[in-house]
Amino acid sequence: MMRYGAVTAVEHVSFNAHAGRVTVILGPNGAGKTSTIEACEGFRAVTSGSVRVLGLDPQRDRKQLNKRIGVMLQDGGIYPTARVGEIVAHYCSLYGKGVVANEVIKTVGLEHRTKSTWKKLSGGEQQRLSLALALTARPEVAFLDEPTSGVDVNGRDMIRAVIKNLASTGCAVVLATHELDEAERCADDVVIFHEAKIVANGSLESIRSQSYEIRFRSGIAFDVAALAKYLDFPIQNMGDEYVITGTADAAVIGKFSEWMSFHGADIRDLRAGAQRLEDIFRRLTAGGSQ
Amino acid sequence: MKILFAQLRSEIRVIARNAEQLLVIIGIPAALLVFFSQVDVLPTNGQTPVDFLLPGIFALAIMSTAMVSLGIATGFERSYSVLKRLGATPLGTGRLIVAKSLAVVLIEILQLAVLYSIAIVLGKDADIANALLLIVALFAGTMAFAGIGLLMAGTLRAEVNLAAQNGLYLVLLLLGGVIFPLDKLPEPLQNVGKLLPSGALADVLRGAITDTAAYCQSSWIVLACWALLAPLTAAKFFRWS
Repeated sequence: MMRYGAVTAVEHVSFNAHAGRVTVILGPNGAGKTSTIEACEGFRAVTSGSVRVLGLDPQRDRKQLNKRIGVMLQDGGIYPTARVGEIVAHYCSLYGKGVVANEVIKTVGLEHRTKSTWKKLSGGEQQRLSLALALTARPEVAFLDEPTSGVDVNGRDMIRAVIKNLASTGCAVVLATHELDEAERCADDVVIFHEAKIVANGSLESIRSQSYEIRFRSGIAFDVAALAKYLDFPIQNMGDEYVITGTADAAVIGKFSEWMSFHGADIRDLRAGAQRLEDIFRRLTAGGSQ
Repeated sequence: MKILFAQLRSEIRVIARNAEQLLVIIGIPAALLVFFSQVDVLPTNGQTPVDFLLPGIFALAIMSTAMVSLGIATGFERSYSVLKRLGATPLGTGRLIVAKSLAVVLIEILQLAVLYSIAIVLGKDADIANALLLIVALFAGTMAFAGIGLLMAGTLRAEVNLAAQNGLYLVLLLLGGVIFPLDKLPEPLQNVGKLLPSGALADVLRGAITDTAAYCQSSWIVLACWALLAPLTAAKFFRWS
C-alpha cells in the first residue's frame, strides 16, 4: 500500500515482471501506475507491504539496484541545454558498462541530432533520448513511464522495436502507459490498474482469452432474452450492436444462426473472437476517466 | 572517481553554457570593481578605491557563484526532474554534492584569479595580509552562501527561486558592506548589515587582504554561524523533486 496523506495511491497491489518479457501497466489517470513504478525505482517508499526488484529492496538497497536498472521518467529529467551526444555519453560514463554512446543514439534514431539540445528536440525525439538514457544502463530491469507519449507513428515503431529488442536480451521491461493500442502491440503481460487496485493481471493472451465474445447487428427486432436463454450465454445490447459474452465457439455460432433464421431475424457484421484489450480495459475500468 | 569526474564535467558544462550565470559570476563583480575604482564616488575610509573594493568584490563573487549560480541551476534541475533522473543512476547523493561543490570551488578560483588580476592592473598592491585567513574566509563564505542557495533551490518553485535568489543578491549587495562601508548606512541598517553573511564575509576578507577589518571578531562569529546553520537547514528541508 502507498498513501499520500489521506489519499491511497495504491492498495493490495501484487504482481511479478519476468525476465525477457514486456509487462505493461495500464490504467486510467490517477490509478496508481506511476506510484507503483516509482516505488519499484526507489523514488517512493511504500506505506506497508514490500517491493523487491532483482531480489533487492529499492529503498534499502538503492545503490546496488541503481547499477542494474534502466529508468525512463515520464517528464524526461534532462536539462534543456543538454546536447544529445553529451548527455548520452555522460550517462554511459555514470553506468560505466562499456555502452558506446553513438551506438545507443543510433539505436533510437537520433544520430542526426547529436549536437541538438533537449529543448530543440521534438516531443517524439525527447522521448527517444529519454529511452536512450535508460539503455545506457544495459539494464536487467527497465522501467519506462509512458514511452510513446507524444511520439509520431514512425517514432512509435522505432520505440516498440527498441523495447522488444531490449526484452529479447533478457531484460524485464516494465512499461506504464494509458495508450491501449500501444499496450496491445507491446505487451507480453498486462497489469490493469483501476482506482488504486489491480483489476487484471496476467499474460495478454490469457486476459484476452477470458473475454471471448460474438458481436453482431440485426435489422429486425428479436427477443434478446429468449436467445440468451436458448444459447445459455448472456447477451448485451450495446447501441446498435449485440454482444454475446463468454464464448466465440463455432457450435454456439451455429446454434445462434439457426435461432435467428428460425425467428426471421437477419445477422449483419458478425464477428467472433477475443475482445480487444481496449474493450477489456473499458469494461474493467468503467466509471474512471482514461 | 570516473563517475565523480563525469558529473563534475557535466556541472561545469551547464554553468559555462548559461550566459546569465556567467554574467552574474564574472561580469557583475568585474564591472563593479572597474567602475567604482575609476569613478571616485564611494567613501573608502582613506584607502585607495581598489584596495577598499577588492574584499567586498571577492565576497560578491563568492555570493554570485555559491548562492545565485548554484541555487538557480539546482532549482531548475529540480524542476526539470534532472536531480530525480540522476537519483536513479549509480551517481548517488554524495558524489552529486561533491561534484557540485568542486564545480563551485573551481569557478570561484577562476573568478577570484580574474578579479585579482583586474585589481592589480587597477593599482592594487599585490600583497595579501594573511593568505591562510583568506582561504578560511572563502571556505566559510562558500559554505554559508551555498547553504542559503540550496535551501531556496530545494524548497521553492524554480521561477520563484530565480526571483528570490536575484532579489536576495541585491539586498545582500546593498546592505552587506560590499561596495561601501557599513558605517555609511543608517544605524538600524548597519546592525542588520553586520548580521548578514555578505557583510560578515566582506569584513573578514578585508581583514585578511588589507588588515583593515572594522568588526573582525564579531564578523567571524556571524560568518561561522551562517556557514554552519545554512547548510544544515538546507540539508533538513531540501526536496529532491
